[in-house]
Amino acid sequence: MPSLKDIKRKVGAVQKTKQITRAMNMVAASKFKSAQLKMENFRPYAGKFMDVLNSLALRVESMSHPLLAVRDPRRIRVICMTSDRGLCGGFNTNLIKTTERFMKEKVNDGKDVAMITVGRKGRDYFRKKANIVAQKADVFGKFDMTLAVSIADEVIPAFIKEEYDELYLIYNQFMNVSVQKPTVVRLFPLPSIGQETAEVDTDRFLDYTYEPSEEALMHKLLPMYVHVLVYRALLETSAGENGARMAAMDNATSNCEELISSLTLKMNKARQAAITAELMDIVGGTEALAKSG
Amino acid sequence: MADELMLEVVSPEKMVFSGNIEEVTLPGTEGEFGVLRGHEAFLTSVEIGEMNFVKDGKKTYYAVNTGYVEVTGSKVTVLIETAEKSEQIDKERALRAKDNAEKRLSQMTKEDVDYETARAALARAIARISVAERQ
Repeated sequence: MPSLKDIKRKVGAVQKTKQITRAMNMVAASKFKSAQLKMENFRPYAGKFMDVLNSLALRVESMSHPLLAVRDPRRIRVICMTSDRGLCGGFNTNLIKTTERFMKEKVNDGKDVAMITVGRKGRDYFRKKANIVAQKADVFGKFDMTLAVSIADEVIPAFIKEEYDELYLIYNQFMNVSVQKPTVVRLFPLPSIGQETAEVDTDRFLDYTYEPSEEALMHKLLPMYVHVLVYRALLETSAGENGARMAAMDNATSNCEELISSLTLKMNKARQAAITAELMDIVGGTEALAKSG
Repeated sequence: MADELMLEVVSPEKMVFSGNIEEVTLPGTEGEFGVLRGHEAFLTSVEIGEMNFVKDGKKTYYAVNTGYVEVTGSKVTVLIETAEKSEQIDKERALRAKDNAEKRLSQMTKEDVDYETARAALARAIARISVAERQ
């Protein structure tokens, strides 16, 4: 049985841990809010961009752009988008597992797989296990569109030069605060645009003059489309990371509370036992005195 | 006012500007162009450069990065990857970036992989500096 003092010290330690986890929870909550705001601010841009891209795709008859080129997929690249920091539950672990499974499948098919990691956790994990051709770490603290552009700059020229044939992006899709779903999307060759979006208001766009030509404009817009896709994934990762951390820290805090209450119970029992033992001593002592007297 | 034009400038981070203006000038792919109310509906891409618009007789300048613009008779929508007002620009930094880019460009040939990136960096720096000097 641990002594009263030991338990007391333990309760103190758990209490301190609880303070830390609660503080982390609050920090994550405020970061989550700002990430969510960023996502909301991005929505009008993404929406308008997709409108124009879709209407343009309808007008362009033959879509020929190097980013749309379908080749025999022998060499594959994977972008794995994790967070920079840990302590966010299964957020990175799940994503890394998905990535590993996906890559293993491709390797078993006899394909050549290389990767690009975004975020420190993914890089640290894959550093010795996979062929990393490019990496971005410690980027999520403060980021904007330029980060998406720099990631796109890593992948677009190499794809056009036919250094690889397919590019996949694996990231945590943000469902809600507590649910993030690891998702695999193919970035290159770009899935054809405009076919599934029949709801585009065609009258609105028909009488446009395009300058330069539709095709030339399409060439300009496609790289921007890649930026939009990457930026959205970055936003979702950042929101998801903080959401996951909030949940993890909330859990940790309530676990601490549980531990404290069970330890306090033990402590009280130990104290009671000590008092009882002392009383027994006193009673025994007086009785002995009375007998001898 | 009858000759007013609705302008919306949207970047991924925020709504940069939204309001009624008299005239807007943009650095298009095919050269700089101005838009007044009643302009023919058209769509074009925007290059790195300088954008300005006139509101209440006052000109406001922005340094912009690639994007595109959609013009209808009474409304101009500009979607841009970055847009900075002159107050937001760190001129010292832009000057340094310009020197840097020039240095890099002088050591490269056109075939170099990074030539385009360096050229774009130079163009961005020049646009920033000229906007910063507009104050």
